[in-house]
Amino acid sequence: MSPTITLDRRDFLRVTALAGGGFVLATYLEPLDLLAQGRGNSAPLEPNAFVAIDAGGIVTITAKNPEIGQGVKVMLPMLIAEELDVAWRDVRIVQADLDPSKYGQQSAGGSRATPSNWTPMRQIGGAARQMLIMAAAQSWGVPASEITTTPGRLVHAASNRSAGYGEFASAAARVTPPAFDSLTLKDPKDYRIIGTSIAGVDNHKIVTGQALFGSDVTVPGMLHGVYQRCPVIGGKAVSANLDAIRAMPGIRHAFIVPEGVGGGSMSGVAIVADSWWYAESARKKLTVTWDNGPTAADSTAGFDTMAATMATQAPQSTSRADGDVDAALAGAARTVEGAYAYPFLAHAPMEPPNATASFKDGKLELWAGTQQPGGVVNTIANALGITAADITVHLPRMGGSFGRRLYNDYVIETALIAKTVGAPVQIRWSREDEMRNEVFRPAGYHYLKGGLDASGSLVAWRNHFISFSNEAPPAAGRGGGPPQQGPAVRPAPSSTLSGSEFPARFVPNFATHVSMMPLGVTTGAHRAPGSCAISFVMQSFLDELADAAGKDPLQFRLDLMARTPVPEGGRGGFDAERMTAVLKAVASSSGWGTRPLPEGSAMGVAFHFSHSGYFAEVAEVNVDANKRIKVNKVWVVGDIGRQIVNPLNAESQVHSAVNDGLSQLMLEITVDGGRVVQGNFDTYPVLRMRQAPPEVDVRFVLSDNDPTGLGEPALPPVIPAVTNALFRATGTRVRSLPLTKHGFSWR
Amino acid sequence: MAVTFTLNGKSTTVDVPAEMPLLWVLRDVLNLHGTKFGCGVGQCGACTVHLRGRAVRSCQTPVANVDGAAVTTIEGLSADGTHPLQQAWKKLDVPECGYCQAGQIMAAAALLTTRPNPSDTDIDAAMNTNLCRCGTYVRIRQGIHDAVRSSSNGVPSATTPTTEDSK
Repeated sequence: MSPTITLDRRDFLRVTALAGGGFVLATYLEPLDLLAQGRGNSAPLEPNAFVAIDAGGIVTITAKNPEIGQGVKVMLPMLIAEELDVAWRDVRIVQADLDPSKYGQQSAGGSRATPSNWTPMRQIGGAARQMLIMAAAQSWGVPASEITTTPGRLVHAASNRSAGYGEFASAAARVTPPAFDSLTLKDPKDYRIIGTSIAGVDNHKIVTGQALFGSDVTVPGMLHGVYQRCPVIGGKAVSANLDAIRAMPGIRHAFIVPEGVGGGSMSGVAIVADSWWYAESARKKLTVTWDNGPTAADSTAGFDTMAATMATQAPQSTSRADGDVDAALAGAARTVEGAYAYPFLAHAPMEPPNATASFKDGKLELWAGTQQPGGVVNTIANALGITAADITVHLPRMGGSFGRRLYNDYVIETALIAKTVGAPVQIRWSREDEMRNEVFRPAGYHYLKGGLDASGSLVAWRNHFISFSNEAPPAAGRGGGPPQQGPAVRPAPSSTLSGSEFPARFVPNFATHVSMMPLGVTTGAHRAPGSCAISFVMQSFLDELADAAGKDPLQFRLDLMARTPVPEGGRGGFDAERMTAVLKAVASSSGWGTRPLPEGSAMGVAFHFSHSGYFAEVAEVNVDANKRIKVNKVWVVGDIGRQIVNPLNAESQVHSAVNDGLSQLMLEITVDGGRVVQGNFDTYPVLRMRQAPPEVDVRFVLSDNDPTGLGEPALPPVIPAVTNALFRATGTRVRSLPLTKHGFSWR
Repeated sequence: MAVTFTLNGKSTTVDVPAEMPLLWVLRDVLNLHGTKFGCGVGQCGACTVHLRGRAVRSCQTPVANVDGAAVTTIEGLSADGTHPLQQAWKKLDVPECGYCQAGQIMAAAALLTTRPNPSDTDIDAAMNTNLCRCGTYVRIRQGIHDAVRSSSNGVPSATTPTTEDSK
């Protein structure tokens, strides 16, 4: 995670007059400055913004970031509109195309939109307001300091003059923009927009079925296509019955793409037709000779076996060692051991990956729903033999993502196909394409041992985390071969463990060891990456220890957090006071330990810190005699700082995170022969309405910290909250997911 | 084959293979993009439309099956987005990403024609075949109840008043 960067004196504003009156204000940052600040050469630029005010006072605010359902298309303009001091009804929002030189960083991920933009976006609104004030001061011949604003109006009380913003929009275009550090931003008690509930700007289009999403894009002359990749991830197409495919109804083109060109793009067979259905129908007759490649040796069963073997061997590396765990375990009054595991997962956004591309006269126009549009341009430019300046990227709304569209493979492949066919083309993945060519949440295995002293106090904790590497292994190393030994190899993406997860620092003797086995399957970020998996392990094992100590699991956690932590040089992060506050708050809101529950029902508690957010959650679960589960209610308390920008959306994001976490309880992707076994919602049954809790109680503790993001941190705790409740309801301690492994199902 | 049907109140003829699913006729032939593709196997409900007043999965409906029938899509549910469900969805901010919501609204509209004041159990039963990966289920249920409450004269027929079915 990057620190919050605030704009400073090196930033400058550019202002240009609008034809017909009005002005456009944008901020620019020099990329080199950002690099000098240590953002790294792959780091996107910091945000810039864009405001236009017309002569009638209507304010058009450009939403710079891609919208995936996180509400950023409303949230960022709210920050600008607040400090501009304009009525929300006078605001129009337009989606930006990709243009980092104008807008800076344009991405969606890591719950970063709020912390990265909280100050700069308000400063941009404040700068625009100040320019209007200066223009009015000049015209009225009064000091700027005497001019105030009411929403959309400039007021000089002493001379009883006022004017709408639109009247001074043209004049403001000629004002020298103020330095950001000269601006005084509003006192939060004066907020009129921030902290109010504002519904999604695209809602009307959504409920009336207007074209909005990437897969709704239509370009004159556009063709539709499918792209069949090798069923074994990373394999290559050698030959195919292309002539037979070309002869089928509606088919215009069929060809092999022999190699990927980077960015996750893969070899495959493209079929391009007049309708997607013609292409998809032809694909059913496609026969391809594949070179499967080394991933064909991957299998879930092999990984399970290898992990069990590796657990009995010395760990490959140690990522954390506080105190003396061996001695503390040997001296413990009681020890507890648990072998935990969780599976690969697919993102399965409702809108499968797709992109539309038109290549003409050496220029490429792309319509791409992607979380990282800036990350795709150079790869495509290199592959197509053009420059980045020859590429225009439009950013349509995305039908969900959950991390999948951080990876641009489908965009790159579409661009390659469009150049080959010489016509605009939309490549749309089928659900099976999506599920079998995922960037999976990696599976993982944790072998834990904890020690309690005679008073039931936690004195030792050891975790041997068995994970995956992406290095090419020695022959037969995958899926059942001998474990790879020796020096640490490169971890597979998103399969790492920070070592600082709670209760790290709060147990004097604490060690984390890591061993890795080779993996060919593609892995990557999944909503609350890492946290969505590790929270289940840490918070479940804590519950086991609380039970062994004969203590209430919520109080056991409070007691741990009351300890003086082991100092953490520089990184720290976890603030026990903030977590203690949300844990106490959720105990209160849920009536923890105070409400009688019916037979078969129990409550479970868990908390997790991620993406700068502190979340404690309680689940009330009922289990019937056939091990069918109903989650009656979930209580959530979060601390994401002193300000909830848009409460309506904040509640919705928490609902979403809770239901996403509950979904994961019953889901798994398994691999056999390097091929993904599941393919659609029948075999990957994501949460449905009847299975979702009818009530989710969402509350926030407002702490005196800058606001942080909400897309992700509410997800991780709900998983162990449910499994901990299941233990209390049934006596079954769930140490591996999905729950179907233990005979549980949704009611 | 030539297929003629009433689409959102207008007589429409297409000349496509008989087995082409209605979803792809709507999207790729008629350029109506409100009806979404989500799974292609009738598991997710994103492609829900009304055929003869009932909710169906357009990805599983060969176009030949709609010959002579009335079809309503999200674009035809109301003339201007004023169906009580559409209004409730906007007011309660039901959509997150929004991709599944056309299908959710069409399924809910069909439910309200048979059960004008559905219980939570009715809603669960009717809506359980419509997936929302964003997990907006709490607000979908609220939206249906809200639409019922806000319709002083009852909820209009699931099909637009101009279609054959509602005459």
